[in-house]
Amino acid sequence: MKIDHEENSLYNQQIIQYIHRAAQKGLYDIRGLGAKRKVPSFDDLVFLTASSSRYPLEGYREKCLTQTLLGTRHAKKPVSLKIPITIAGMSFGSLSANVKESIGRAATKIGTSTTTGDGGMTPEERTSSKTLVYQCLPSRYGFNPDDMRQADAIEIVLGQGAKPGGGGMLLGLKVSPRVAKMRTLPEGIDQRSACRHPDWVGPDDLTIKINELREITDWQIPIYVKLGATRVNDDVKLAVKAGADVIVLDGMQGGTAATQQVFIEHAGIPTLPALRQAIEALDEMDVLGEIQLIISGGIRTGADVAKALAMGADAVSIGQAVLMALGCNSKSYFDGQQTINVEEEYQKLGTAPGYCHHCETGLCPVGVTTQLPDLEKRLQPDWGERRLTNYLQTLNMELTTLARACGKSNVHHLEREDLVALTVEAAAMAKVPLAGTDWIPGAKGI
Amino acid sequence: MNKQAKIIVHGNVGWSVAENIISGQVWIKGFASQCAGASGHGGLLFIEGSSSSRCGISMKGCDIVVGEDVGHMSAFMAQAGHLVICGNAGAGLGDSIYEAIIYIRGKIHSLGSDAQEEPMREHDYERVKNLLNQTGINYSPKEFKRVASAKKLYQWNVDAHQEY
Repeated sequence: MKIDHEENSLYNQQIIQYIHRAAQKGLYDIRGLGAKRKVPSFDDLVFLTASSSRYPLEGYREKCLTQTLLGTRHAKKPVSLKIPITIAGMSFGSLSANVKESIGRAATKIGTSTTTGDGGMTPEERTSSKTLVYQCLPSRYGFNPDDMRQADAIEIVLGQGAKPGGGGMLLGLKVSPRVAKMRTLPEGIDQRSACRHPDWVGPDDLTIKINELREITDWQIPIYVKLGATRVNDDVKLAVKAGADVIVLDGMQGGTAATQQVFIEHAGIPTLPALRQAIEALDEMDVLGEIQLIISGGIRTGADVAKALAMGADAVSIGQAVLMALGCNSKSYFDGQQTINVEEEYQKLGTAPGYCHHCETGLCPVGVTTQLPDLEKRLQPDWGERRLTNYLQTLNMELTTLARACGKSNVHHLEREDLVALTVEAAAMAKVPLAGTDWIPGAKGI
Repeated sequence: MNKQAKIIVHGNVGWSVAENIISGQVWIKGFASQCAGASGHGGLLFIEGSSSSRCGISMKGCDIVVGEDVGHMSAFMAQAGHLVICGNAGAGLGDSIYEAIIYIRGKIHSLGSDAQEEPMREHDYERVKNLLNQTGINYSPKEFKRVASAKKLYQWNVDAHQEY
């Protein structure tokens, strides 16, 4: 008997599964990582590298500089990095202490910064990370002036790309005794953080808040302001006016360890147009070069980094890819002696390596997003440091390869004219020409 | 972000007085605007007059004593510490409160999500007495009621009826 498999495009398998799940549980789906749906991205841009109208730099003999300075507007001690690739805020709590230490050590080795996250500053991270950015979030877990004075920069978080307008979340299994103590919460509860700062609202208050943090740190260190990408033009201008030294902008592809699925897929705009809008806003306020821009949200490869810099970013910030470098979605982990397969553990979570987004459970089979000691020990800092250092080094090599091929002796010299788009949407969002044409959709006069 | 200092303000204050207080004392000889004591981790905030909405929002271990009334959503998401209200409270008192305890002498317009009145015990009377002594207020601890978390929203659950 012939079975009819004509699928409804609106009520497809995925949506039917969603409706069944909602009817069963009566609660929204909570998960980790970022938007999974396909949106215009850096994959839709390509470089116009050298030919006869431009000449390239040699890969081996001619230098291509990557040093990056952040926070030059007001700080006495701007942040100086060897590469324009920073590591985004990911909390101790969402990640294990071993992972935070691995990240700190790798960042120190390669010459970049790490960022604390919703859980506050741990001694492991401060000790292992040479350059540490301390986040001031709506939750204010553990937020105190002593840790602030130990930091190399402060990042006031207004939002993140995975959930602009939403607060942090950490489910019960990850609220371990140590995490609970750091966050002043009962052990084992499902933590919900506030989505707004408790003591200020609006850009005029943000000015006061920035000045307060500057006073506490004696104007030494830069103040970053992190935004989830929504009304980018307005938000960037308000942050500039409020006194930010650095803007950190996180597109919708940005990740999280736990939030509502409805947020991840349906809030915020892609990194590609967000970056373009932010650069335009900085240009309109005549602060390009004075205020630095760090872009994040789906940065995966050296090509992504190069394209972000070509579009005007001063640096990128990576989160999800860091976790993947440390083994997230790997089918095995290395116990120091041998490789141990964990595919069965993924199956128990209802997923498989390469598809997993269940950071929120705390049952990470490879020991990345967990607080359970037996799982945490699957990722040792020595191994983690080496893996992440390798990955960051690869990104930097790819970045300089592309920059040299565009004839640039400094990655910060990459420019919009080096880029074209492969799709009409990407051309419109990035405001670069569609490949093979002079056409930028939506540009004035065209 | 006050640490160790004792600060006395002879008059009224705007938003977020003593926000993130770590230790020490802040004494307001007047009224306070919104978000007084926001996210305070320790120390004592004393407001002789009334405090506006969200007094004690997100408090994490500080003590707050308010001589008169507090506005709506006071002690919102309050995690630890004590809020003593000698007057009345506006709507949504203790909404989404965690482990902080509210002691209130006057009327409560309405309780917030997951907040409930509980019987006072001896240690509650002692605590109220100690806090009032630090401020020179003369009310009897026996006049106060206790409001704390019902703890029904500590874990996600389908029966919470949209209280998220």
